[in-house]
Amino acid sequence: MATDQTWPLFEVFIRSKKGLSHVHAGSLHAADAKMALENARDVYTRRGEGSSIWVVPSAEITASAPADKGELYDPADNKVYRHPTFYKVPDDVEFI
Amino acid sequence: MQSMEAGSQGDLDAFDRHVGADGKVEPQDWMPAAYAKTLVRQISQHAHSEIIGMQPEGNWISRAPSLRRKVILMAKVQDEAGHGLYLYSAAETLGVSRDELEQQLLDGTAKYSSIFNYPTLTWADVGAIGWLVDGAAIVNQIPICRCSYGPYARAMVRICKEESFHQRQGFELMMALSKGTDAQKRMAQDALNRWWWPSVMMFGPPDGESVHSMQNMAWRIKLFSNDELRQKFIDMTVKQAEALGLTIPDPDLRFDEASGHWQVGEIDWDEFWSVVKGHGPCNRQRLAHRRDAHEAGAWVREAAVAFAAKERARSARKAA
Ligand SMILES: [Fe+2]
Ligand SMILES: [Fe+2]
Repeated sequence: MATDQTWPLFEVFIRSKKGLSHVHAGSLHAADAKMALENARDVYTRRGEGSSIWVVPSAEITASAPADKGELYDPADNKVYRHPTFYKVPDDVEFI
Repeated sequence: MQSMEAGSQGDLDAFDRHVGADGKVEPQDWMPAAYAKTLVRQISQHAHSEIIGMQPEGNWISRAPSLRRKVILMAKVQDEAGHGLYLYSAAETLGVSRDELEQQLLDGTAKYSSIFNYPTLTWADVGAIGWLVDGAAIVNQIPICRCSYGPYARAMVRICKEESFHQRQGFELMMALSKGTDAQKRMAQDALNRWWWPSVMMFGPPDGESVHSMQNMAWRIKLFSNDELRQKFIDMTVKQAEALGLTIPDPDLRFDEASGHWQVGEIDWDEFWSVVKGHGPCNRQRLAHRRDAHEAGAWVREAAVAFAAKERARSARKAA
């Protein structure tokens, strides 16, 4: 039932403090990005949860489909040599 | 929306196994249509309750007895608006639009928690709501933080963090009154008298009459039965009332040594159903107020859309 009068949906990402990544917090409707940012502050950071906010129009996000999971991630499964535990090192050798 | 595809018996079985083993479901995953439908109903009812729930307490913001109490109450009512928004967003991940959900509330086809159809007659009611109603909501909501649907569970984690302030400020308010003058203590007792039974009924009908319970528990949308949650609330609240020096308005209330639980007298389910069906003290007033607010805000929503379009056109001209 979306009409021209419906405010678009934005996804909200919040950095809780410097040194950490932005993490998805939720979504909200707003007429434009500026309003989305202002509303995100009120809706998602009322208790100092954030030091930086990103808002992204939900329609602009390209997501992988769960059905493609195999295709996307299987190739990594048989590359055990990418993990440090693949390599044998004598027990008494330290710092490696 | 993948959930719209019917899915085979194999899909259904795999889904039940996944969810039964405490697996999580995310919006893009295949899910049975009935699972999605139940979630939309439950999450949106919950969202509506948060929004309508702003009214009984909002009534007292302008009459709060001190600046301290006023800022607390404003912060709480603002939190409830936030809770409504988190939950509407969670429901929207299932493919319904905000407009549809809002419309269902406005035209009365959607339900919200009956507790908010009771009036707040005195200042003590603000304390009783925080203590009892938010207290009951916490008991209800904490298990939902672990429910199978990811967006709902995550919204609930955020909500539960905020609810504990709601309950504590209510208890503190009741404490101030019950340690005050005789008149203040009477006021606190009167609020408890009026809010106790409706709070006990917030957990919904007894297990035997609860229609969707079994399936919802299998799907891990509901983790404990209505009666289990109600008992938990009663046990914790009896002790809190004692600490306040107030009396729970139930002559049959007694501690059952065998089970280790407090047992309440008979619950008036006729009253519960009558309020659910729209005959509570404030049903009509609550909806009328919401409709008025929605209509009065229409020009703001339209103006914001027009302004955003104008800004877009302006920046497009600049770029050209
Ligand atoms: Fe809430
Ligand atoms: Fe609350």
